[in-house]
Amino acid sequence: MGMKFIVLVVIVLVVIAVAQIMRVYELSKKIRGKSEADIDLRTNNINAGLMLAFLALFFGSFFYMLFAYGRGMLPNASSKLGLEVDWLYNVNWVIVILVFVITNSLLFVFAWKYAYDPKRRAHWFPHDNKLEMIWTVVPACVLAVIIILGLMTWNDITGKPSDDAKIIEIYGKQFDWTARYAGDDNKLGFADYKLVGAYGDYSNPLGVITEKHVKWQVASLDNQMKTIHEQLDAQAHGTEMYSVANVNKLVAKVEKLDRIKERLLRMNLMYGDSIDTYAMDDYMTKELFLVKDQEYQIILRSQDVLHSAYFPHFRAQMNCVPGMRTNLKFTPIHTTQEMREITGNPEFNFILMCNKICGVSHSNMKMMVYVGTQEEYDQWANLDEGNITMVVNDSLVAPEVNLVPKPLPGANAHGGGHGDHGDHGDDNHDSAH
Amino acid sequence: MSAAAHTEHGHHHKESFITKYIFSQDHKMIGKQFLVTAIFMAVVAVILSVLFRIQLAWPGESNSVLNFFLGDKWAPEGILDRGMYLGLVTIHGTIMVFFVLTGGLSGTFSNLLIPLQIGARDMASGLLNMISYWLFFLSSILMLYSLFLETGPASAGWTIYPPLSVYEEAIPGSGAGMTMWLTSMTIFIASSLLGSLNYIVTVLNLRTKGMKMTRLPLTIWAFFVTAIIGVLSFPVLVSAVVLMLMDRTLGTSFYVNDTMIGGEILEQSGGSPILYEHLFWFLGHPEVYIVLLPALGLTSEIIANNARKPIFGYRAMIGSILAIAFLSFIVWGHHMFISGMNPFLGGVFVFTTLLIAIPSAVKVFNYITTLWKGNLRFTPAMLFSIGLVSAFITGGVTGIILADSALDIAVHDTYFVVAHFHVVMGLSAIFGMFAGVYHWFPKMYGRMMNSKLGMVHFWLTLVSAYGVFFPMHFVGIGGAPRRYYDYSVYELFDKVQFEMIMDLNVVISIFAIIGALAQIIFLFNFFYSTSKGEKATQNPWKGNSLEWTTPVEHIHGNWPGAIPEVHRWPYDYSKPGAEEDFIPQTVPLAPGEEDH
Repeated sequence: MGMKFIVLVVIVLVVIAVAQIMRVYELSKKIRGKSEADIDLRTNNINAGLMLAFLALFFGSFFYMLFAYGRGMLPNASSKLGLEVDWLYNVNWVIVILVFVITNSLLFVFAWKYAYDPKRRAHWFPHDNKLEMIWTVVPACVLAVIIILGLMTWNDITGKPSDDAKIIEIYGKQFDWTARYAGDDNKLGFADYKLVGAYGDYSNPLGVITEKHVKWQVASLDNQMKTIHEQLDAQAHGTEMYSVANVNKLVAKVEKLDRIKERLLRMNLMYGDSIDTYAMDDYMTKELFLVKDQEYQIILRSQDVLHSAYFPHFRAQMNCVPGMRTNLKFTPIHTTQEMREITGNPEFNFILMCNKICGVSHSNMKMMVYVGTQEEYDQWANLDEGNITMVVNDSLVAPEVNLVPKPLPGANAHGGGHGDHGDHGDDNHDSAH
Repeated sequence: MSAAAHTEHGHHHKESFITKYIFSQDHKMIGKQFLVTAIFMAVVAVILSVLFRIQLAWPGESNSVLNFFLGDKWAPEGILDRGMYLGLVTIHGTIMVFFVLTGGLSGTFSNLLIPLQIGARDMASGLLNMISYWLFFLSSILMLYSLFLETGPASAGWTIYPPLSVYEEAIPGSGAGMTMWLTSMTIFIASSLLGSLNYIVTVLNLRTKGMKMTRLPLTIWAFFVTAIIGVLSFPVLVSAVVLMLMDRTLGTSFYVNDTMIGGEILEQSGGSPILYEHLFWFLGHPEVYIVLLPALGLTSEIIANNARKPIFGYRAMIGSILAIAFLSFIVWGHHMFISGMNPFLGGVFVFTTLLIAIPSAVKVFNYITTLWKGNLRFTPAMLFSIGLVSAFITGGVTGIILADSALDIAVHDTYFVVAHFHVVMGLSAIFGMFAGVYHWFPKMYGRMMNSKLGMVHFWLTLVSAYGVFFPMHFVGIGGAPRRYYDYSVYELFDKVQFEMIMDLNVVISIFAIIGALAQIIFLFNFFYSTSKGEKATQNPWKGNSLEWTTPVEHIHGNWPGAIPEVHRWPYDYSKPGAEEDFIPQTVPLAPGEEDH
């Protein structure tokens, strides 16, 4: 505390001292009959000189940084479309740096050159239609080129992937990524956030829809509701005491779980028997292994908040939006090993980072990415290697539960009960293959 | 405090202390109130930025400065809390964009200069103007207060994207901190709207005799168009904010869909976070020009005055302000190229966004041509104006990269973006604001600021500002994401690159600290000069516009007698045939002399 006090006292004294110096300066200026508004030629010329000095310093450090920190930038792109993006970057950089250098030079050089001179009068030059036309039309033409080239590349990037593209789902949640490979059929099973959960020693982190998963989740919801009902019964019989607020909370919770269960059952009804078809060979990993020269279509989903899947080396990035599927595509062209040689860095790795603020540990959310040959991949994907954390398969023993939803209010009038009413249509939007 | 110090002279009307200094309806006093509040907010925001820059340069190292400001709760052992880091970043951005560069810049200079430069006794509605300031004050207090909440301030980034900003379970700052943020912003927007409506009405209706729209100083054109942009875009943010409050409190699902937070399946379904992004950026992008245009307006006036030359291409300048304002409404999607929005729509936004470069280029070339063969006086205001043009160029050209969706993907949400908008919007606008303060200080306080200190302030600020933001481009091209607490993840994939980025982060932080300290010179100069500065003369800069015909000492109603009539545009500097190198707007045209 004593230290803080001394610091404070010193600051106050310094301010007072500076203020006194300022007083003296003001007085001496007054005596000399000078005003702040007067142009002091010497000072004015110093400022003019500093304009030129700054320009030199500015460009000097720019080119120094290009030279010294070039290596700090990302290495050349490692994907097919990334090369196209890099080429477009280079074209744009040439234009941008040229404009940057020329206009900044004109600005500071003119500022230096036309510094105040009492013998001179400024040149009367209020406008010139020809000049103005030139610097409207020339930028417009340059921009037209930039726009056309940019949109061509953009169309390539966002166009449909080829039929050969392998499909991988990348699922983000606070604060890690999970990959789901589509298996031999190259089709991902449907998924829904209402199925995410763990049941005993079996878990469904991505909410993949299979009949057994549905049964497990229904059983799990039934279980949770049962527990709450028991608590409420205990309260009713006086064996436990809860506050009114807590009772209300429990009632609300049990009602909510019931609604979620009903939505789940209706969704299940909609999918019918087809739900297992694509999911059965899907497998999940916590690292991503890609095969060189293989095109990939990456399907992105999020469990909780926005994330962004950022592959800096492939020049690929796309947000993961809860309740929605987004996608991106790329074709790796270098293996990890080759990149280590290219960069001269034996420890180099590809990476997937989260690039949309997603919570307190945002900066820790990443997934290692390896690129290798097909053989290396086959070996990596061998179950014995332990890289695959989970395979969707039939081995699960599901509990027997009632999968018939309650009738919708007023359903009798329409002879309904089919569950494909429009008001729950949202359930199948985020599940696809 | 500053306002109280120097108005012993104004005895035109008998007014009590409260109606004169606190609940004043005089536009000059309200302008000063905005300025002093904004300076205070800026000091807070700069301190916040220095705190997180310390973390970025020296992560994990104990630092007593952090502990001094944040205490044991947020910086135990001098190490910054992860959640608080995001809170600092969020509140720094919010304060700077809204409270300093929107409220502070427009609030100060639109209020001070619109009546003075168009020849009006005051704003159309003094009462609305007063309410506008006090709402601004209230929202500032709420925003600052949120820093002291138990769960921390809003910390989802200044763009507060849902669902992160909706659920307390997703991040602690989305609890009371976010509620406070949303409340504060709603009040702020109300303030901004009242101000803007007032500016528009005043410019349209209260111009003095002879003050045609084509004789308005470019400052007024900029304030006028800025106010129109604000009136059209801020209400959209209000609706975005209110819908979010409903999602947070009433269980609606405008922005949330199929979410599971903290292991709990939530019911809210059917909304879209992308809807919020659209609504936010529909304000968010015009906001850039709400910040930038007033600064460009101030600079146009200052450059012409100090180059002793008419601003080059007056009509083209007005045209480009209008073009920028129009285009600013149809480019918001360039913030959302990778949001999951339809790629075709992305292509359209590429086109419209790059079009903005044309009027921007026109403005830059016109500034440069105004300097050409001028007779330049390097007052601190002029220096900052030149700094503005440089920042506008340097930040503008990187915008070309970011507007190109195919290129944006690789650097989206990295430090390249942070560098880009800090230079083009942050530096430009704050340089414009400094320029305005130095230039119109005599009009505000009847005294002069010390020009030598102003020059030192400028050169230190320019060098340190570029020292901060220039290396940041390199960090961004290195792929370093923004809003990262530290870059330890880089060690996993590229140690060489990690070291480069850390080197640059240290450089950036050192310049940030120098730049922050340099502002002490300004603060000292400003507050010292309000009471002790040299007394100003009526027209110290030999300017043409009407504010220099008012008396030095403030009087209610601005002119003691009749409001002067205007006969010419404000840029008759060094006109051939005239004896002096300036001809005030009030001087009638000589026989045979042409209006501009």
